Amino acid sequence: MDSMSLIIVVSTAVAGLTMAIGGFGPAQALGKALTSALDAIARQPEASAQIMRTLFVGMAIIESIAIYAFVLALIILFANPLIGYVAK
Amino acid sequence: MKTPEMFPVEIFSIGPVVIKNTVIVTWFVMAFIIVASYLITRRLSIKPGAFQEIFEAIIESAEKNIKDMLPVSPWNVIPFITTLWIFIGASNLIGLIPGFMTPTSDINTTFAFAIISYSMMHVFGLKTMGLRNYLKHYTEPSWILLPIHFLAELTRTIALAIRLFGNMLSGDMIAIILLGIAGFLVPIPFSLLHIVIGIIQAYIFGILTLVFIAGGIRVEQNKNISEEV
Repeated sequence: MDSMSLIIVVSTAVAGLTMAIGGFGPAQALGKALTSALDAIARQPEASAQIMRTLFVGMAIIESIAIYAFVLALIILFANPLIGYVAK
Repeated sequence: MKTPEMFPVEIFSIGPVVIKNTVIVTWFVMAFIIVASYLITRRLSIKPGAFQEIFEAIIESAEKNIKDMLPVSPWNVIPFITTLWIFIGASNLIGLIPGFMTPTSDINTTFAFAIISYSMMHVFGLKTMGLRNYLKHYTEPSWILLPIHFLAELTRTIALAIRLFGNMLSGDMIAIILLGIAGFLVPIPFSLLHIVIGIIQAYIFGILTLVFIAGGIRVEQNKNISEEV
């Protein structure tokens, strides 16, 4: 196997792993955040508007970790800088 | 069949400035919003028609949301945040029309939005607190934390841009990949999800900018209270 195809194989495998591992943590965190928010709303339905707003902001911040993993996977797949070293 | 584009394409260039199709779509969105706002606000009446009713509902709900979050004079901030909501929301949703590239799935657009919100954060902070007080809050609780403050502002601005970009690009990408492997009508449920995500992301972009602005302003409020007591 020459170095080019080695890079392609490793990049493809790692892109999948990036999404799998990078999606796992945020998914757990989002589930936890949603459960606690639902608990809080069940206890205090009159505060639901404020809880929902805080929940959205918090979820956006948690979700950005998954988005980082996604962007990284995209860079590995479509704009891999390592291929440039070998292609010369 | 012409495959739909996933990444922005160059249309023409003026010298070193490259104009991509996302920029053209952004101009189109801007023109559409400006013309629509002009036509609707030209003849305001006490008994509103359907379009005026819709616009009033948008502005009123935006006002209600912002007033809850901001302790001081919300009318300085309401035009800016509402513009962000309407413009980003329209940009996110226009990609559903065939032939239009989603402008926010280009990282340059989202970074432009993030830079605007970063600058406005400082502008509103300076406006309400004055230069001295504003620069002072960087050295609190200790001047050793000064680089951390700068780093935090930089990373949250970059996170703002990357979040919008990643969400919009992933929505487009899922539709294109499903169109490739499964074909006609299959991407429609995912497009419905994309509508929800587009609106939520526009809301989140605005509300996070608002939280950052409020965070810059609230420092002085606390100080006033502690001085009074």
